[in-house]
Amino acid sequence: MRKMLVAVASGVVLLSISLTAHHANAVFDLGKRLTLTGTVTEWFWANPHCLLRFDVKSENGEMKHWVAETQAPPNMTPFGWTKQSFAVGDQVTVILEPVKNGQPLGRILQVQLPDGKTLVAGAPAIPAGDARP
Amino acid sequence: MRALITTFAVVMLLAPVTRGQQGFRRTPGAVYDVDFAGKKSGPAPRRDISGIWEFAKGGAEGIQADGVKAMPSDGKPEHELPFTPDGRKAFMNNKPTYGFTQVPSALTNDPMPGCDPQGFPRIVLHNAHHEQILQTATQVVILYQFNKKWRTIWTDGRKLPSNPEVPAWDTKGSPPPEARFWGYSVGRWVDDYTFVADSNGFDDRTWLDNAGRPHSDALHVIETYHRVDADHLEKTITIDDPKYYTRPWVALDKLPYRLQSPSLEIPEQECVPSETAKYNQLFANPAAGAKP
Repeated sequence: MRKMLVAVASGVVLLSISLTAHHANAVFDLGKRLTLTGTVTEWFWANPHCLLRFDVKSENGEMKHWVAETQAPPNMTPFGWTKQSFAVGDQVTVILEPVKNGQPLGRILQVQLPDGKTLVAGAPAIPAGDARP
Repeated sequence: MRALITTFAVVMLLAPVTRGQQGFRRTPGAVYDVDFAGKKSGPAPRRDISGIWEFAKGGAEGIQADGVKAMPSDGKPEHELPFTPDGRKAFMNNKPTYGFTQVPSALTNDPMPGCDPQGFPRIVLHNAHHEQILQTATQVVILYQFNKKWRTIWTDGRKLPSNPEVPAWDTKGSPPPEARFWGYSVGRWVDDYTFVADSNGFDDRTWLDNAGRPHSDALHVIETYHRVDADHLEKTITIDDPKYYTRPWVALDKLPYRLQSPSLEIPEQECVPSETAKYNQLFANPAAGAKP
């Protein structure tokens, strides 16, 4: 009984994971999360993906430039994102799913704005769509 | 034992939540079935599918990242398409960024990222959004959000262009139809609430979906629009391509749409080559290990 329950529960867990993971692009380290606080250098509101560029200072003082994508504007506006969501110099905290190859790149899951409000990237199923998912 | 049962129950509860996270998206100004819970729609108008239509169950219902909604490219046997040898070869030559055969964005040969025309039927089988349908005495015209594209479906009694080599088309006379990204379409009412359109004459450079499913120049698409009631329209799309598929197969199966206010504005959504180039330089190429 115990073995059967474990097997069934494991199967459901695997099913749940596959239902979220199968929409992901091949370059992302699926399920990994990074929380980064930095300064916005550009908010590129564009197809096929919007890009948030920001500088993050590490503990040893080294500055690293990150580029993080969202989906295209029509897929972001339903979640409250706009062309004016960020200004150069804004201090933001970004939670993202990084790429596999270690480059400072990732897919935004949510961003905390200077005023404390949070923008969420919405349903993970939305593809880049627009020109490229 | 109790802990195991508790774990099992939690996991069972989480499974549908996980699925649900991929679902509902509200386009500003649009209404959905969830807004009218318990309210019954009026009767369907006769021979009328005009209006602005949005997916009845949420704006994300048209997002088909991993391939057509009824047959996603997920490796499951039940979603294996009935490829001919040529069709399978064409599929394996395509390098999509989503689906079971996905590659990193920098390695794709998908025509869309460079903003080449996605054409029909991909316009409704990939990243579909609002549609506005206009009816005149001789045409049904469909306006699509993505790249502000439109199609004409002739309703004046004309037939599809013919091609003597392809039985799915008319068999006599005229030369093959001009290849078009959007095909050539004719339609008819099969009853007072069901409109059927047939299309052929497709340019085989387009893909059927975002997962790299191919089509040949023999593609014949059948669209069925069923006006269920005053507020709802169901769309079914069947793919018939004897060069690439051994039998017709259903790509969209009665996908429900809800009628919107005639004053709803359809958002602008353009593929912009210069923006795509910047995205590739800053993100797609370094993410795939390619040179920026």
